[in-house]
Amino acid sequence: MTPTDTTTHEEAAPEVLLHPSRMPRGRRWLTTLLRSRELSILFVLLLVIAVATIKTPSFLFSSNSWRDLLLTPSILILLAVGQAVVIITRNVDLSVGSVLGLTAYLTGRMFIDHPNLPIVAVVLIGVLAGAALGLVNGLLVGFGRVPALVITLGTLYIYRGIVLTWAGSDRINASDLPRDFLALGTKQVLGFPVLFLVAFAVLVAVGYHLHTARSGRELYAIGSDPDAAVLYGLRVRRRLIAAFVLSGALAGLAGVVYTARYGTVSSDAGSGIELQAVAAVVVGGVAIFGGSGTVWGAALGAVLLVTINRALPIVGIPDFWQQALVGVLILSAIVLDRILSVRRARQLIESRDDA
Amino acid sequence: MSTVDDGVATLELRAVSKAFGSVVALRSGTLRVRPGSIHALVGENGAGKSTLIKIAAGVHRRDGGEMLLGGESVDFGSTAESKAAGIAVIYQEPTLFPDLSVTENIFMGRQLLGSGRRIDRHAMYEEAERLFTGLGVDLDPRRPALGLSIADQQIIEIAKAISLDARVLIMDEPTAALSGVEVERLFTVARRLRDEGRALVFISHRFDEVFALCDTVTVMRDGDYIDTVPIADTTVDAMVALMVGREVSDLFPKTPSTPGDVVLEVEGLTSPGVFHDVSFTVRAGEIVGLAGLVGAGRSEIVRAVFGVDGYDEGSVTLAGRRLRRRDPAGSIRAGLAFIPEDRRQQGLVTDASVAHNIAGVIRTRLAKAGLITQAAENTAARTWAARLEVKTGALDMLASTMSGGNQQKVVIAKWLATEPKLLIIDEPTRGIDVGTKAEVHRLLSELAGQGLAILMISSELPEVLGMSDRVLVVCEGRLTADIPRDEATPEAVMRAATHTAEVA
Repeated sequence: MTPTDTTTHEEAAPEVLLHPSRMPRGRRWLTTLLRSRELSILFVLLLVIAVATIKTPSFLFSSNSWRDLLLTPSILILLAVGQAVVIITRNVDLSVGSVLGLTAYLTGRMFIDHPNLPIVAVVLIGVLAGAALGLVNGLLVGFGRVPALVITLGTLYIYRGIVLTWAGSDRINASDLPRDFLALGTKQVLGFPVLFLVAFAVLVAVGYHLHTARSGRELYAIGSDPDAAVLYGLRVRRRLIAAFVLSGALAGLAGVVYTARYGTVSSDAGSGIELQAVAAVVVGGVAIFGGSGTVWGAALGAVLLVTINRALPIVGIPDFWQQALVGVLILSAIVLDRILSVRRARQLIESRDDA
Repeated sequence: MSTVDDGVATLELRAVSKAFGSVVALRSGTLRVRPGSIHALVGENGAGKSTLIKIAAGVHRRDGGEMLLGGESVDFGSTAESKAAGIAVIYQEPTLFPDLSVTENIFMGRQLLGSGRRIDRHAMYEEAERLFTGLGVDLDPRRPALGLSIADQQIIEIAKAISLDARVLIMDEPTAALSGVEVERLFTVARRLRDEGRALVFISHRFDEVFALCDTVTVMRDGDYIDTVPIADTTVDAMVALMVGREVSDLFPKTPSTPGDVVLEVEGLTSPGVFHDVSFTVRAGEIVGLAGLVGAGRSEIVRAVFGVDGYDEGSVTLAGRRLRRRDPAGSIRAGLAFIPEDRRQQGLVTDASVAHNIAGVIRTRLAKAGLITQAAENTAARTWAARLEVKTGALDMLASTMSGGNQQKVVIAKWLATEPKLLIIDEPTRGIDVGTKAEVHRLLSELAGQGLAILMISSELPEVLGMSDRVLVVCEGRLTADIPRDEATPEAVMRAATHTAEVA
């Protein structure tokens, strides 16, 4: 193809896709950053905050607003991080809402039935219980050869059934819980809510692991092409199980955080939140078919969803439109993903002709 | 050159067998590869070469026979075990992770680690750069694997195998999609690896390459071991005789036909990066073979013609009517039928009955007031099943329980029920027992005799030569030859398939 014959080419593949090594390091990083999904989410998030603040200055400038901005999304961040890890492997975990409910109630019961247990032990029990429930998911998916969507839809109902049977109409009240534990829900360190710091620490740890550990990279490989992963000799089943265990453990931690934050736990705690977690992950740029995306994006997606939900009533948008707007956001995120990846593939394939 | 029988073999397989369901892929596979040797493994498609090496690679577990690595008996339950033992395989169709960088693709599962067991990306990029330089290719270690040509994907696979420092390197048609320069580069590397004392297995259909590179050759046919001879003691003719073992004409009962009017006319079809300026015609009563190497773009071209995939330029005309792009339903209505290569996945509802499968595509015609009765389905299906001699006990038998040959007949019957003008069939006999193949061939030949235009893709050269009235050859996304039946020789087709052509 001659250089002048550019009519069939929509656009040449950008240098950063084809020959990133030829670019100076600084420019490469900057281009990658500017093209990243995470930055655009952050931009939208800041935009939402700005609009809400202009409309109602107390959205950002009041004694509690900064705390609420960080505290409210903490639970969803934990779930989104776990969900992102699972979705990166081309699976999904729909049971996290039920796991959250189960561990939140378990946390309350522990304080009531064993008043002498130290708080650390109760937190640990909550996390381990979540991990055990995640292990069940992982084993079923790993050995069952049934799509995770179906398996975790099943365990969603089973786990919820367990809480319903166990708790009945009983509920945990703030008065049942130790004051030190409840204080975690409001305490701040260096101006940051403790629960947010917990979620942030988890985010950093998981994000770091996915980027720099072999097992982390293998999760991406598995999601990118499961068959190729088997041919590469990767231990696919073990990695999948680990991803579900992590998702369960983080849902367990989210359950503990839920109890500390709200003080009251009934048997329907966290029902429906699994869909918000999936939405956060998708909005955050993790491909629903696996293989790409980061937990950073997923966490930003979680913050964005929660913040939008808080901002819309302030801006004066009616209830129905709030839900619809979140739906539009999810759809446009998916459509955008599809357009971008099709364009990217096309650019890369067409660039073969120029070689 | 030393004789075939000295010393301990690096890799040895003795009378290895493997069956998939009722299809025996490998009856008795034997291969003995010495260190410091490049061993050719030749045979027609379906001879069992790929199954044999997949057993060595740990993809399949053998049903019987022995496998020795460095003189010790081994049995691999997974590709990881085979890899750890020092066997690297470069597959015919590369398997890469499209979302990840080429460097990650090379090192996945065994990334270089820095302090604190962290992945050392910098070292990996440098190592990948070094590997690419050694191979003489210009690939950016940071670019994604997405969109790489088959040639480049092979380079990644080769780089991976080299970096694995494998004792045994098995290459399953690595040169199928490489240009002349790239093949030479690969051979240089292969010889270097041989001189380091490694054992190499080289599968190829190109005899010139086998003679240029290898020192020993093992011939397989129909899942059986035939013979192993030093290259110096054999000739192309002797090898072909061993491979074929029978006359081509016995297998393919193609009756000559007189082509009628032009049914399909394809003009200047182009899809950037995939195929370019493809023009050809198919006439009524004519079987046109579409030949070419794996990855040359044959399937992509017919998918675009049928409307499954899009194209940027050009036109497809069926019986005088221009077909819309990306409209398979419209193509079917216009009289096009398409039987894809993987009939289990794309052509057949294996969990449904024969009658249901056959009647599936003509649902709307069978329906009375929007309802389809089982009786109507059975009546329509019975006609076609009988005409094609589908051997099933009953029409309500599940398609998945039938043999490959009969499944293929059901798929053909299904499409014939739409009364097409043109039948496109991709690899009509892949995965079908040798005995049943002839039945499928006879069927196609009869259909052409009745005036149906057939466009057939096949990777099996004897099938293409035996069945086609005309052979079109695709190479690197371009039509490089249009050869009439009486001029179609294996040499002519292979020359056009491996060299980007002068004939356009």
